Amino acid sequence: MSAAKHDFAKAAAKALDDRESRAILDRAIFHIDVLRQRSVKAMPDFAERRARAVAVREKTLARLPELLETLEARVTAAGGRVHYAEDAAQAAATVTDILTAAGAKLVVKGKSMVSEEIGLNDALAAAGIEAVETDLGEYIIQLAGQRPSHILAPALHVSKEQVSALFQEKLGRTSADIPEMTRIARDSLREKFLAADAGITGCNIAVARTGTVTVLENEGNIRFSASCPPVHVALMTLEKVVETLADAAAILDILPPSATGQTLPVHLSFFTGARRDGERDGPREMHLVVVDNGRSAVLADPVLRDILRCIRCGACLNVCPVYQAVGGHAYGSVYPGPMGSVLSSVLAGGEGDPRQPFACTHCAACAGACPAGIDHPALLQELRRRLAATEPDPAARAFAALARHPWLFDGLAAVARTVDPRLTKTAALAPDSPVGRFLRGRRFPGLARPFARRFRKMGQGGKS
Amino acid sequence: MDAFLFIPCLVAHVMPQVGEATARVLARAGVTPRLPDGQTCCGQFAYKRGLPEAVRPLARRFVEIFEDAPAVVGPSGSCVAMVRRYPELFDADDPFRRRAGRVAAKTYELGEYLVDVLGCPDLGARLPLRATLHASCQTTRVLGVGGHTERLLAGVADLILTPLPHPERCCGFGGGFSVDYPELSQAILDKKIEDILAADVAAVIAAEPSCLLNIGSALARRGAAVRTLHLAEVLAGEAA
Repeated sequence: MSAAKHDFAKAAAKALDDRESRAILDRAIFHIDVLRQRSVKAMPDFAERRARAVAVREKTLARLPELLETLEARVTAAGGRVHYAEDAAQAAATVTDILTAAGAKLVVKGKSMVSEEIGLNDALAAAGIEAVETDLGEYIIQLAGQRPSHILAPALHVSKEQVSALFQEKLGRTSADIPEMTRIARDSLREKFLAADAGITGCNIAVARTGTVTVLENEGNIRFSASCPPVHVALMTLEKVVETLADAAAILDILPPSATGQTLPVHLSFFTGARRDGERDGPREMHLVVVDNGRSAVLADPVLRDILRCIRCGACLNVCPVYQAVGGHAYGSVYPGPMGSVLSSVLAGGEGDPRQPFACTHCAACAGACPAGIDHPALLQELRRRLAATEPDPAARAFAALARHPWLFDGLAAVARTVDPRLTKTAALAPDSPVGRFLRGRRFPGLARPFARRFRKMGQGGKS
Repeated sequence: MDAFLFIPCLVAHVMPQVGEATARVLARAGVTPRLPDGQTCCGQFAYKRGLPEAVRPLARRFVEIFEDAPAVVGPSGSCVAMVRRYPELFDADDPFRRRAGRVAAKTYELGEYLVDVLGCPDLGARLPLRATLHASCQTTRVLGVGGHTERLLAGVADLILTPLPHPERCCGFGGGFSVDYPELSQAILDKKIEDILAADVAAVIAAEPSCLLNIGSALARRGAAVRTLHLAEVLAGEAA
């Protein structure tokens, strides 16, 4: 753990001071979670859907190497090529090599969190390849020179007024009206789609038996990116594979409702291989890059492997009190919120704050919302255990040691009650200590005459 | 019938009135509350700091103290949830694993005990008050007994319950979290306080002492005229 690591507490404090961004986030996040709740409630069989999806994720993880081999064989048979990448750097280099070999100078991109994880845009820029984000949210983020703040809604933290100003600055045209701003973005993107030498997309589900890359979206930009340019590069992390189309359907049963409150997204695409002889459209070259980046090691971990069930719906972010308060950027990693706090801790070269698992109230709202049955608090607890093994944490250890001796425990409570019952003296002496900061917005009710003594006077029951 | 009182350290030393109310409610339900000696802390604090090995001796003490109890009843969802985790702290061949399992199986959160074991008896509670319920995360989601709290409150005469805008939203305490990240904890708490103030009530009720401490100390700091009441205090009708 080097000193250069991200400091979540500092970033969170900064985010909390930004009242404008907090207000935007509050509105947006409340809206997105209401959609999810409404959709889930409207599905009387959601519990069964969830159980089926969890079963699919589990049986898939149990057979991952075999399913990846089948996927490779089928993609190859359909005229595509499969590439494996051990880590982020290798993945970025693989994509860069594919594009360089194809002579690509301009690339259109559909939204892909894996491409963020492997730092693809920077790698492409370094190789002289222009990459244009075509998802509206990602396009806004790219124009603004930022990073996504949410795995599903990358520009969740940006208001329409800010987008309007950004368009004026970067595109020289704008409007106060959302449909009109969308039209401006479409016009600008249309030229890129038609001129692009290659398209890069993510992959929500890869179907091994058919060699199919499945992608969900609402804007049509992913389908455009995958089918118009002569080369299609799809990025996936290795756990995204399932065996059959029926398995994919089980995931599709829960993903759109949990993500955006939809039954199905506007566009649901199934890409199988490259253009075949006699076909009039589709890419001439199709590549599937399968990224590991630490996931094989996670798969071998008896506790943490559950995070590989994640289907990236974003529901856990939307219900997390910590995410709600500070937004995604404070995490300093590609994946924020509960799923991100686990995933970033286990990925190879994981970014973010190594102590992120402690920044959680254990409220379990994430586990309640997760359609893949991930118990995030339990995984974070395991990460805490592993981190704590290397930390002294004298306060917690001392408290636990004291609690082994009732006379000492009660005796010290009695002393504290006499000396500083409301902790006001402690706070005054050390205003910047954790106790002092804790008491800034709180008035501690004070230590009281202990219950045991009161109980004896109650005249009912008694000591056992 | 007897039940042993499981009094969390926070209740023992900061909110003893919650312990008294728990004893009264049990007595009213025809159960004799007994207080075994030597209770301290269930170890939740150390556990959530990632130190299960520091909790193990406390779990052993708890098992020894409560092993002979017909039932163990505590007014805290989070502390009862901790006791339910005790068995997994011990290896499969450690006899304490089984002993902890037996104790955990007869340890109940107060509302859970009243509803599941005693069949939701009429406690004759009356509390003429406009109040709202904060559905504690540990009681509702972790223990899954939020419905028990609601059912018991529905039986309290003259209690007018106004729902909170986001009843299950966390109050931001989280034990060590509030000390590690005080400003963040405070920001989450502020949202809860705004919800409570918007509900325009005289009291906020919860079945979890740590939420009540957190919420109550923020209300006190703001000088708000809203009291905090534990489920036990409401059922004991003490504010009547």
